[in-house]
Amino acid sequence: MAVNLRGDGSPTPPTARPTAKTAVIPDARANGAAGTGAADAPVPEAVAALITDAPVPHPTLLKTFGAMMAREFRVLGRNAPSTFIRAVMQPLLFAFVFAYVLPKIGSGFSTGSAGAGANATGVSFATILVPGLMGSMFLMQGMFGTTMPLVMEFSWQRTIEDRALAPVPIRVLAVQKITAGAIQAFIGAAIVFPVVYWVHAPGQGPHVHVSNWFLLLVVMVFASTLTAAMGLWLGTVVDPRKIQMIFAVVLLPATMLGCVYYPWSALHVIRWLQILVLINPMVYMTEGLRAALTPQLGHMALWAILLVLVGGTFVFGALAARTFRNRVVN
Amino acid sequence: MTTITARSAGQGSPAASAAIATEDLRKTYKSSRGDVEAVRGIGLDIPQGEFFGLLGPNGAGKSTTIGMLTTLVAPTGGRAWVAGHDVTRDTVAVKRRIGVVTQNNTLDMQLTVAENLEYRSRFFGLPKAVAARRAAQLIEAFGLGDRKNAMADQLSGGQARRLMIARALVHQPDVLFLDEPTAGLDPQTRVNLWEILRVLHSRGQTILLTTHYMEEAEALCDRIAVVDHGRVLAEGTLDQLLADSGAQTVVTVRFEEQVPDGLDEESGLAGRPGVGRVEADGDQLRVFASDSEGLLGDLIGLGTKCGLHVRDAVQAKPSLETAFLALTGREYRE
Repeated sequence: MAVNLRGDGSPTPPTARPTAKTAVIPDARANGAAGTGAADAPVPEAVAALITDAPVPHPTLLKTFGAMMAREFRVLGRNAPSTFIRAVMQPLLFAFVFAYVLPKIGSGFSTGSAGAGANATGVSFATILVPGLMGSMFLMQGMFGTTMPLVMEFSWQRTIEDRALAPVPIRVLAVQKITAGAIQAFIGAAIVFPVVYWVHAPGQGPHVHVSNWFLLLVVMVFASTLTAAMGLWLGTVVDPRKIQMIFAVVLLPATMLGCVYYPWSALHVIRWLQILVLINPMVYMTEGLRAALTPQLGHMALWAILLVLVGGTFVFGALAARTFRNRVVN
Repeated sequence: MTTITARSAGQGSPAASAAIATEDLRKTYKSSRGDVEAVRGIGLDIPQGEFFGLLGPNGAGKSTTIGMLTTLVAPTGGRAWVAGHDVTRDTVAVKRRIGVVTQNNTLDMQLTVAENLEYRSRFFGLPKAVAARRAAQLIEAFGLGDRKNAMADQLSGGQARRLMIARALVHQPDVLFLDEPTAGLDPQTRVNLWEILRVLHSRGQTILLTTHYMEEAEALCDRIAVVDHGRVLAEGTLDQLLADSGAQTVVTVRFEEQVPDGLDEESGLAGRPGVGRVEADGDQLRVFASDSEGLLGDLIGLGTKCGLHVRDAVQAKPSLETAFLALTGREYRE
């Protein structure tokens, strides 16, 4: 006689349905764990010990923030070759074309009245280019460093939830992402110095003199933080699938009209443009760097530069923290 | 429609007594094509140490409910507490006390298996050396030793799911949330995970599991809430659910010979408490009962007394599937 306990109601069913009382869960290891292999099957005793032997966590905001930054540096370190190439290629090519090729072929490159002024004082175009290139690097690296990770983190898998579940408010995660982006921007901009120092035609080297280290540090810190905050804000308001649009609509115009290749004062001959570019944060970065690195060329008023860099950092930082939270928490 | 809640009566403050408690929890998603009510007033009361299941088809509101309880979805109505903390007002405290395995693979793809565990441990304040030890312990326990240096995106589905569970346990959470943890996995991997969960539960871990696999809820959970269209339709132990839904156990004995006419009526079983009806059908004698205790033996004894020889016997318990059918009036849709 066969006595079956099953749930489909028929006396001779092909399969049995487990119930709370009758379900038989086979031993994964005894079955050979087909598909996963017995060797990698979990060990119940060890799993049980995980609860009794668990260390007691004492998370603090600072510890969690530090761990998140450590994770960021680990990833950056792992991607160091590609990150370095990405950071160095732009200033290298700019310096090569503007400070080596053009002077070599004698193109008679003119920087307008500012350039004429520069030439009159014996200043090379590379000198004008250094602050502009650094500003450009701030923008590229800062925005790249914050927007690109968001593409993966906000994709359908939403890997951002990994860090969103860390024991800190979501806005702290936003600040951490801005900080990580700012560090990348800072390093990216600093790379410009050795590049322009080594890559130039004879007699065309930059003449850079840091007259105020504190000002340079303030400008670099706030410029890198501002671009990272802008990157996080844009990355959270733009659909991740259309993130490339940022580069065409924001980065390119900002760079071309960011006083990279000429000082802002040189635009006085096109007055409407000189006023229009004031909406471009990059202008204040390049002008701030000119104030710190090449004060002999003239620059925008310092108060205006610092107001926009410091104020913009807080405004975009607050905006980014808000939009980031809205994207993380549905 | 009246909201049916899974709250036990008379249990005091939900914030103080339960691992998870919700009151009329709601979530409505706004969109240009109209509002979508994903959760329409769910009430839960889950004590510490319980393995609780939210069972329902895709789109029932299970993941949204877990999202609200884990602070990743903002409720639009009602209240919820996890480990005594309000999920909207005290999100950091809630996050400290929970481990979450989401439906999607949210592993950090830029890190290795070991790094995923180490950095998660450090997020929760463990020193670097302790985090490394904890990671090694978890890797061993979850059978990931030979994959510890693999990047997370190189893992199979089962390995990734085990790593996600391991990662959720690094900080000894009070409550473990599992959102469809075995969806899309092969049967053997699913069984492996079941075993892990049973062990965790046996050590007192509170677990909230969402699943659309009925056999999973039946096999693992102490209590189950059947959810559909954002509402709890019924809640209780499996037996309670089956009893509440009116489903009955069917005890069938098949004999070598035809069952004599009138035996079903003469058996006297129909008058017993908990027995619905008795019917003879060719060589079978069948009893429908809400209380099947001893019925199988009685039926076999009855046949033997009449000179019949037993060929087969079946006790078919009512299933969640039949309960779902009874509760919703329609077939279960996975």
